[in-house]
Amino acid sequence: MENQALVFSYILVMGTIGLSWLNQMHLEKEIILSSLRATGQLIVAGFLLTVIFEIEQIEIFSFILLFMCLVAARISGGRGKEIPSSYSIAFVGILIGSLLPFTLLCIVGVIQMGARFMIPLGGMVIGNSMKASSVALNRLVAEVGHQRSQIETLLSLGASVRQAARTVITPAIKAGLIPTLDTMKSVGLVHLPGIMTGYIIAGGDPMTAVKFQLAIIYMLAGTSGLTCLVVTLLAYKKCFNKQLQLRLLES
Amino acid sequence: MKPVNSLLKVCGVSFSRDGKFIFKNISFELFAGEILILLGPSGCGKTSLLRCLNRLESVAEGEIFLQGVPISRITSPDLRRRVGMVFQTSADLLGTVEESISVGPSLNQQKISAHAVTSLMEKVGLDTSLRNRKVSGLSTGEHQRLSLAQVLANEPQVLMLDEPTSGLDPTAVLTVENLVQKLNASLKTGILLVTHDINQAVRFNSRTLVLANGEILADGNIQELINSSQNLQLQKFFQGQF
Repeated sequence: MENQALVFSYILVMGTIGLSWLNQMHLEKEIILSSLRATGQLIVAGFLLTVIFEIEQIEIFSFILLFMCLVAARISGGRGKEIPSSYSIAFVGILIGSLLPFTLLCIVGVIQMGARFMIPLGGMVIGNSMKASSVALNRLVAEVGHQRSQIETLLSLGASVRQAARTVITPAIKAGLIPTLDTMKSVGLVHLPGIMTGYIIAGGDPMTAVKFQLAIIYMLAGTSGLTCLVVTLLAYKKCFNKQLQLRLLES
Repeated sequence: MKPVNSLLKVCGVSFSRDGKFIFKNISFELFAGEILILLGPSGCGKTSLLRCLNRLESVAEGEIFLQGVPISRITSPDLRRRVGMVFQTSADLLGTVEESISVGPSLNQQKISAHAVTSLMEKVGLDTSLRNRKVSGLSTGEHQRLSLAQVLANEPQVLMLDEPTSGLDPTAVLTVENLVQKLNASLKTGILLVTHDINQAVRFNSRTLVLANGEILADGNIQELINSSQNLQLQKFFQGQF
């Protein structure tokens, strides 16, 4: 792709900034900063991947994937910063949620060993896990705030933390799964996923591309489910103190 | 005749939020069979005090005893079952009236019989034909009675009512007041009733704690307190200057 074409595509971002300004949404600064950040990050990632693809050491891959988990946890934990230890919770959730399905697919041979496969696919899994964690944390905080009087009524009647929080756990897990479920519903009808498209464009057999893409989609579903479950089950308990009192930090 | 069986003893209790004292050095005792009125203007810390007694909040200083035992030695679920609290605005729990009344015992893995549910509904003046009605379809007054039945299902030793007549019409207010009097006569609990309404306190004609600016101004029979001219702050309170 020509650099000119890339610059031209930024007009679309400017259009979004214009819409935000016209509708007084006050998102202009955030859109500009986010788009610049994405540009910078991808350029740096491009340079780094060029170097990393030359190295074939599992320790280096593991370190990179762990770093990705840390960054993802930092971003995702911020979505539930009213919950004490939200960053640690997001890290544990993302680590478990992405590592288990990823390792499983490595063992069965869907993901080949090597930087060219493990780094991009690892990034995809961790990114997916981060989204699920963010949505689950965000929804949990909203539900606890919304159902505060109901939770306190149950506590005042002698409920345990789990009994009192029962009605906020399920919506948080469900909400975290929505993006993945919608992707599974729409795949092949609304959009053709990136990996499959790339494989076909590169001249691969479409049916092989489909099988590979399906394995990836199933892995992402497992990742989202596991992440939401771990994050929500760890996070709801942190909304209460040892005296079984509802405690959320100021945002 | 003054009751002698002390249920709840509050000793020098203080509570603060965001570094600011909501109430300070509060002490009183609640006896079995009495209705103790906690009277004070809005925002003086009445609800916070009830929340501390139910341990939805923790006190900063002082000690609370339930039947002679420091509540710090009682687990939160047990304490909350024994010191039941009816909130000013009750939350909508899901399900039917019967399911809602059964919540407290079921949280403790206990089953409440259909007969006991009927008895509780009658006790709080809730039409028994409503037992299968969805809670969301009840009126404000019915809601308030349901909350009361819900708490009574736990068989509390102390019953705390936070502004139980707020949002009710004048007739319903009198009905609820009669209900509280009847409950007091039939149950062996102590009742701690929070109100900002001096006239309501007068109608109960019971022992009254006057709370203002986070302190107890007086403790005694409401009529005697109104007639006493010793305490200047108290007179200001009764003249509506708080």
